Amino acid sequence: MHELSIVANLFEILEDQAKQKKAKKIISVKLKVGKLSGVVPEFLETAFDVYKKETIAERARLEVEEVPLRVKCRRCGTEITKDDFIFICSACGSRELKTLSGTELLLEKIEMEV
Amino acid sequence: MKKKEVLVLEELLGSNKKIAAEIRKKFEEKGILAVNILGSPGSGKTALLEKIAERMRPTYRMAVIEGDIETERDAERIRAKGIPAWQVITGGACHLEAKMVGKIFPEIPKRLDLLFIENVGNLVCPASYDLGEKIRCVLLSAPEGDDKPKKYPKAFTTSDCLIITKSDLLPVLPFSLEQAKREALEINPSLKVFVTSALKGSGIEELVEFFLSSLHNLRQKNA
Repeated sequence: MHELSIVANLFEILEDQAKQKKAKKIISVKLKVGKLSGVVPEFLETAFDVYKKETIAERARLEVEEVPLRVKCRRCGTEITKDDFIFICSACGSRELKTLSGTELLLEKIEMEV
Repeated sequence: MKKKEVLVLEELLGSNKKIAAEIRKKFEEKGILAVNILGSPGSGKTALLEKIAERMRPTYRMAVIEGDIETERDAERIRAKGIPAWQVITGGACHLEAKMVGKIFPEIPKRLDLLFIENVGNLVCPASYDLGEKIRCVLLSAPEGDDKPKKYPKAFTTSDCLIITKSDLLPVLPFSLEQAKREALEINPSLKVFVTSALKGSGIEELVEFFLSSLHNLRQKNA
């Protein structure tokens, strides 16, 4: 349950951005959360709702886009979306896979009222 | 009312990553091998470090940072082995962060070979936080069960070593060493696997040799 700590980091960025852009308030926040980011989106939402009280994002909506785990085989070039975490190429059996996406934990964009 | 959309694309753990990168650079410059130890509560992290300490002393200079939610107990156990140890009490937080290691950094002796950072007992949250270590080890004790790599993939994908502990109990447990290894390697094919028993002292030598050869490689890069 380190989601609260992550949300605390998120609010540091939000407040900084709001100040830079001279925002009156934050309307919505969009995150990208990879399947292998180690974070549970539902916990992020709960933590966000707790944390936002009495901040510039008090009435903000949080949108979390879950990003699937995508890998590319270094041997045969096949790109695969992984539902499990087995790092073996389903086409050629190689274990040399490159992760394309699915580990990210990103603040993508903020909608604000200026 | 005017609306504005701002594209940020900033990593949420970016500030931790930045601090970790600075710490890693400092460790590398000083020729210190930093090792982050992850594992569930009771997986035998401190017992393993006690054994490593016995083996390293007096030839190598070793120190330990202990992360726990409460108490100084683990640091006291390490100090009893004649090794400097600092206790980080997180007061409820489930993981260590790079800034906590950064706070201890000024106290770390200038001449040191190995620094072990024992993370808070937890297979989930510590996996998301880079502490500036060179090597990350995840412990899996035999009583926890051979299914843990599949259940906690993040801890296993981000680690360099898997250390199976309490191997002396294998004869009495329904734990398949073969399955645990196979599943861990499916998740992370580059994992180095060690099978150890702190109680019997088995497997410790191989692990120590691995750390010492990693230290050697680190120092060669500096030379």
